[in-house]
Amino acid sequence: MGRWSRFNVASIAIGFAFLYLPIVLLVVYSFNESRLVTVWTGFSTKWYGTLLTNQALLDAAWVTLRVGVLSASAATVLGTLAALSLSRYSEFRGRTLFSGMIYAPLVMPEVITGLSMLLLFVAVGLDRGFWTVTLAHTTFTMCFVAVVVQSRLQSFDRSIEEAAMDLGATPVATFFQVTLPVILPAVLSGWVLAFTLSLDDLVIASFASGPGATTLPMRIYSQVRLGVTPEINAICTILIGIVACGVLIAALVTRRRELQRQRDERAAFAEGMSRAINPPPAAAGG
Amino acid sequence: MKSLGIFRRSFAPWADPNAKPFISFRNVTKRFGDFTAVDNLSLDIYTREFFALLGGSGCGKSTLLRMLAGFEQPTSGEIMLDGQSLSGIPPYRRPVNMMFQSYALFPHMSVEKNIAFGLKQDGMPKTEIAERVAQMLKLVKLEAFAARKPHQLSGGQRQRVALARSLAKRPKVLLLDEPLGALDKKLREETQFELMDLQYELGLTFVVVTHDQEEAMTMSDRIAVMSHGRVIQVATPAEIYEAPNSRFVAEFIGDVNMIEGKVALEDGRSILRTAEGISVALPETLAEGQSVALAVRPEKLKVSRQQPEGAGVHAMRGEIWDIAYFGDMTVFHVKLPSGKIVKASSLNATRGVEDPFGYDEQIWVSFEPQAGIVLKG
Repeated sequence: MGRWSRFNVASIAIGFAFLYLPIVLLVVYSFNESRLVTVWTGFSTKWYGTLLTNQALLDAAWVTLRVGVLSASAATVLGTLAALSLSRYSEFRGRTLFSGMIYAPLVMPEVITGLSMLLLFVAVGLDRGFWTVTLAHTTFTMCFVAVVVQSRLQSFDRSIEEAAMDLGATPVATFFQVTLPVILPAVLSGWVLAFTLSLDDLVIASFASGPGATTLPMRIYSQVRLGVTPEINAICTILIGIVACGVLIAALVTRRRELQRQRDERAAFAEGMSRAINPPPAAAGG
Repeated sequence: MKSLGIFRRSFAPWADPNAKPFISFRNVTKRFGDFTAVDNLSLDIYTREFFALLGGSGCGKSTLLRMLAGFEQPTSGEIMLDGQSLSGIPPYRRPVNMMFQSYALFPHMSVEKNIAFGLKQDGMPKTEIAERVAQMLKLVKLEAFAARKPHQLSGGQRQRVALARSLAKRPKVLLLDEPLGALDKKLREETQFELMDLQYELGLTFVVVTHDQEEAMTMSDRIAVMSHGRVIQVATPAEIYEAPNSRFVAEFIGDVNMIEGKVALEDGRSILRTAEGISVALPETLAEGQSVALAVRPEKLKVSRQQPEGAGVHAMRGEIWDIAYFGDMTVFHVKLPSGKIVKASSLNATRGVEDPFGYDEQIWVSFEPQAGIVLKG
């Protein structure tokens, strides 16, 4: 890499400031003692305490958590199935159309997705509430799962599935004993992605939700309209903490696995070489 | 006539008219869209045979193996195993196992679990599975590696795990797809003999797909040479080498000199006359003027300073054009007066020679009357 020139340092500083200054401000002011958001008067954690007494916020958090877990799980199942069929049956008629349709929601404006969901629910006469939000979130997150899983499947060696069947495993047994364990990391990261997306969605939830099923982003948004309170800063800080921890843990686990694999491979190679040069009697062929 | 084989084979069920084939391909065709991978192919393989499917890439050998394993269905025709049709039987219900070219080990399972996988699917009791796995590990000399994952093994060890896994269920037939393709040369030679010993000891039928002719020649009882989805010749390695039935087989296996000629009539019998002035009597009557080639293997051509004598020996004048020294043998490229270059190899059986041949030297190349094979078309 090049040297740390002043220009490089400056560009990195400006870039990171651009990305993280608002967040840092939010976190700092969540520890502000003052009721006024923009005036610093001293350090305090009292707003975190008052959060626990804000029943409306707690209810919204609970709704969000349930919606997130349910919709992420459903989206993971559907998205994984979609990814599997897309990568398996590479030559069926209309494959391009189908895969395009899987990807389209990624770039579809959320307002349109939300509105079309609303129209659908009204048309079929579904009462809007907890289940409609969950359904809507499943719909819009499953394509993200499909993309993550499909990219893993591109490097998936299909001959291990054939080997499993050759050894007597039925297609179902093959899926659960061979395919799923191998692609599990991708499926799990798809789940985490879907959960995160569901957690911070405001637009689609606003369309699909009804009375009694207010999600946390919806609650925060409606409170902010009455003015930003330090309480809001506090809950946002907690949210940031959860997301950051999740990302960090995922990254660390992946990295450790990768390092472990590389170490093992080097060790096996070194051993193979030394055996080739000086074969021990037990391993010498004959 | 002399025996073509250089050693005697006691095992030859294909020569026995009463022997029943164990595996039969009957007029099998496989098409992928417009591409015909296997073209109306019929083939019999016998119990305990080590059978090789040999050919270049895209000749249909792998497709044939995959149809036997059940991963592909024939477009038409039928495959029989032990007198039963395999059509409609999925891979997981066939009494055959396959060793994959990429080994296809389950990356998330230990060596032990990999080997036990097939037994577990059959619902074998745990104690029996453990016993069988231990036995298999011993067979491939990997007892010390039972708990390792595939990525913790070297290439040769992975190959052994794949072999142990495919043998664990004691299949009637073991299919091997380029079993030694990923190994380096030295390990490959060693493993060839291990496979042969294993096949003999276990009394199994092996069907191996390979593009490596030396591998096929060394290991197998019979070889099917394939091209464009058809079997060109099925025979023992010695027959394939010494009596190829076509130019394709003669050129595919080993080195060969093709001396071109035309059919002529002499005393009412067909003879082959080449541009080099060689005449060979043909075993059958052919149309006059037809193009025919005489195939002579390089080791059957002899280089000498004196004109060789002996009844029926064919001799041609030539000039030494190139010399390739391989250590164990030397190959002389001899330019004939017609401009054609033939290869003559001689074994370096002694250390050094009295008066060696040199470049540009005028010499004689000759071959015995039985050394040439007449090939039509």
